[in-house]
Amino acid sequence: MSSPQSNGAGAGSPQEPDLHIFAAIVENKFGVLARIAGLFSRRGFNIFSLAVAPTDDPEYSRITIVVDVHNTDVTQIAKQLDKLINVIHISELHPSDSMERELMLARVGAVDLAAVVDVISEYGGEVLDHTDDEAIVSVSAHPDRLDRCERQLRPFGLHVLQRTGRIALRALDADEPAVGITS
Amino acid sequence: MELTGAQALMRSLEMSGVEVMFGLPGGAILPVYDPVLDSPIRHVLVRHEQGAGHMAQGYAHVTGKPGVAMVTSGPAATNIVTPLCDAFMDSIPMVVVTGQVAMSAIGSDAFQECDTTGITMAVTKHNYLVTEAADIPRIVAEAFHIATTGRPGPVLIDLPKDVSNEMMTWYWPDSVELPGYRPRSGVDPAAIAEAAELIRTAQRPVIYAGGGLLKARAAEALRELAEMCDIHVVTTLMARGVFPDRHRLCLGMPGMHGNYSAVTAMQQADLLINLGARFDDRVTGNPAHFAPGAKVIHVDIDPAEHGKVRVPEVAIAGDARLAVEALIAALRPAGGGDATDAMADRSAWKSTISGWQEQYPLQYDQPSSGHPLKPQYVVEQLRDHTPDDTIVVAGVGQHQMWASQFWKFDYPYTWVNSGGLGTMGFAVPAAIGAKVGQPDRTVWAVDGDGCFQMTAQELISASAENIPVKIAILNNAYLGMVRQWQELFYAERYSEVYLSADHPDYVGWAEAMGCTGIRVESAEEVVPAITKANSINDRPVVIDFRVDTEEKVYPMVPAGGSNDDIILGPEGDADAALKGSAPS
Repeated sequence: MSSPQSNGAGAGSPQEPDLHIFAAIVENKFGVLARIAGLFSRRGFNIFSLAVAPTDDPEYSRITIVVDVHNTDVTQIAKQLDKLINVIHISELHPSDSMERELMLARVGAVDLAAVVDVISEYGGEVLDHTDDEAIVSVSAHPDRLDRCERQLRPFGLHVLQRTGRIALRALDADEPAVGITS
Repeated sequence: MELTGAQALMRSLEMSGVEVMFGLPGGAILPVYDPVLDSPIRHVLVRHEQGAGHMAQGYAHVTGKPGVAMVTSGPAATNIVTPLCDAFMDSIPMVVVTGQVAMSAIGSDAFQECDTTGITMAVTKHNYLVTEAADIPRIVAEAFHIATTGRPGPVLIDLPKDVSNEMMTWYWPDSVELPGYRPRSGVDPAAIAEAAELIRTAQRPVIYAGGGLLKARAAEALRELAEMCDIHVVTTLMARGVFPDRHRLCLGMPGMHGNYSAVTAMQQADLLINLGARFDDRVTGNPAHFAPGAKVIHVDIDPAEHGKVRVPEVAIAGDARLAVEALIAALRPAGGGDATDAMADRSAWKSTISGWQEQYPLQYDQPSSGHPLKPQYVVEQLRDHTPDDTIVVAGVGQHQMWASQFWKFDYPYTWVNSGGLGTMGFAVPAAIGAKVGQPDRTVWAVDGDGCFQMTAQELISASAENIPVKIAILNNAYLGMVRQWQELFYAERYSEVYLSADHPDYVGWAEAMGCTGIRVESAEEVVPAITKANSINDRPVVIDFRVDTEEKVYPMVPAGGSNDDIILGPEGDADAALKGSAPS
């Protein structure tokens, strides 16, 4: 559900999204994702991206939801999520207090493969596959850096772009957030 | 002990304390209807699944116990979505069991298949698709726990037919384990202390009593708090009866059709003590203009209500009864004596309020000729010629507002209506459920002609099951509330609101359903008809009151307007279109 729209671009634009990150631990049960997606749509909250996978304990999944909170009270989102029976814990991660990463796979024009490699190596990326004129590259980075990488790849021809949506963990020295609710 | 899933379900309902359930069988739920025959649980057979849901709601309203309904899959499940949504909006504890096609058929567009858990996700507090018979006792126990604790609400259990037929080893869980569900119980003493200080210093306080007080069984505590602090109380539509209407501190109903004193006291208050209400738009009008000078104490068991509409100065998350009792303890003078001695002087405020009460009572004019018969007169006569603890059930529309305005509620749990969702057709089945829950009490539904036509068939269920409810139809031949808005806001262009007073023939229809039918056309016939209806207890009674088509509900705050712009009566009609935005 990652949006291809870049949140790093267009600084100062009135349409710039106001992104907040929520981390939820949920029971790994049938329909949980539908409950969360349904809650967001019926309460009029905008999901910017969403990443979900089981934790080390397969009974639970960790969901990272990036929400555009334009016209929405952030605490309402957390409280409404917390009301879902299958949501065990919800907290907000402030970008300044968090380690964020996102993975991007892209098919790019690569007539000049060396130039492509130059760009992605700056972001720690790698070439997974290539032909004479096209390559599949993989880049994992902070989403803002990924935005920059994406812009730099664009001139080569971005044929297919897939980003995962961000995942995030609270930084080791960060305080507990203001909006943090344990069920 | 080996049981089928169906037997386990019925046994689990018995273990959960269920005494009555409302339902209608069909294909996918057939296995469960077999052990229904052997169960001590009374099953009331309905004529339409929506009726089962509203009956369960009415039962829950008057007993405080969860209402239970059981229907089959597909269209039966979709028919009960409206009651689920109604119960969700009004926080009514309810457990609904739906049949489902066999697990192997799910997703194949099988006969009478629908994605019931998907459809009801947005209108239930939680729902379950049962995939193994062994899960049934645990799921039923969890469902009742979730439905009845915290902020109550409906829970749905979708039970595939093959799971009903599957064998399981019976057990009953000692406790439920829901790591993601820990409803608030206690209240934060610091917040109570802050709230108490606001109450002491407020000069124009008003208690805004909501339905949460009824859910928390807090009527006595509320009365103690109000009397101890000598603070006036408004009771929202969901809270009618939680504080006696005849009490000197009662201001009655606030909101769009609230009385002037209640609306204006809230509007001019410097402190709103919100106990279990949710700043519904029908109470606040335009929230930007609502009670602009008031600080807010907001008690709600659901923390998501804090700040959803209005940001409170003090938020108290927890059970309303515990919160009110804690406030009482915090405000009661340590050495005895009058708590108000430590509070701000409110004599000016009190005299202002009594001035409003004198100047702006609810009013209507019943012509002495008896014609046209005014609906408010019918409600008043009904009120005065029935036992004080009569349970009143309303549908949705003008009749609902007149019932709420003109009844005098002396006791909690005597008023049943559809507040949040505004479900027309609620009254007849909800009254039946209420009568089942309180068989020794008189139950009167005050219904509209439009509402009655939506769910009247449940009177057949009531006749068949000997549930002697009484229905007063305020028959004005119109979808009256819509007509009222078209008159006021659409230049009297009446679009699709005329129903006819004579079609159907309500008396004939009532008789056909096994009820006694009575027609009343003038004021002098009202009391004799009510007296006759009260004397009939072996079948339902329907009275077709032919009331004035033109009568409107006043006061009225146009939708989206400010509560300062309250219109008191027909003389204010000219202003209505100016003051109101397009009604919604």
